[in-house]
Amino acid sequence: MDRPKIELKLPVIANMELVAVQTAEVVAKHMDLSEDKAAEISMALIEACINAFEHSQAQNNVFIHFILEENSLVIKVIDQGIGFDKAKVEIPAIENKLGTDERKRGWGLQLIQELMDSVEFESGKDGTTVTMTKNKEV
Amino acid sequence: MSQFKVNTEFENDIVILITEGYLNQEGGQMIANICLNNIDNGITKILLDLGQTKVVNSIGVSILIEIIEKLQGVEGKLGYFNLAPIVDKTFNIMGLTKYSSVYPNREDALANF
Repeated sequence: MDRPKIELKLPVIANMELVAVQTAEVVAKHMDLSEDKAAEISMALIEACINAFEHSQAQNNVFIHFILEENSLVIKVIDQGIGFDKAKVEIPAIENKLGTDERKRGWGLQLIQELMDSVEFESGKDGTTVTMTKNKEV
Repeated sequence: MSQFKVNTEFENDIVILITEGYLNQEGGQMIANICLNNIDNGITKILLDLGQTKVVNSIGVSILIEIIEKLQGVEGKLGYFNLAPIVDKTFNIMGLTKYSSVYPNREDALANF
């Protein structure tokens, strides 16, 4: 049987990531996830949406799929932007950003990876799909 | 949730910024502008009450790194209190807690800042 799935289509408009967060909160509550896990999911989702909105230069909509697995929540954030090479994304360190000209931003992927149990990136010239999983149990 | 507000209070030589709402780029810039005005007026000890800011993003938080950098140049310091657990975790991941202080509440912050 297909697992329950919720799909959102977000226009690239400021703060639309909060629409995704509201859906994530309802889904997390339905799945009896703890408040801490729900908050981590929301934060990771915000970062994935911002990346999709800003970094992909997406002109179209961003699609978000919530797949309610028996023991986990899988979230796919899909854009149709120009894609990126994750291997070329440096791991940020605050030591390198203070007192230097290095821009202070660039934490999105790091936060997503730290806050979710697993993360996969598929990116090409037709867009990027970030698949993030949060397990119900540790 | 997206509208961001900041109220300012003073305790001796400390300025306390009490925030409300989503800390995104606009919110971070609002905090930065108030901090820079205070630094220009010689106030270099800044506390943020984030009790009503339950949702943040990395762009808003990265502006706090700019404030830390500015305060380092004037021997000032930045601290926070009333953080939601996810905000505390985000600050840890981004390394802010290495260069600024987190306190559980206002009383503790004022006593130890």
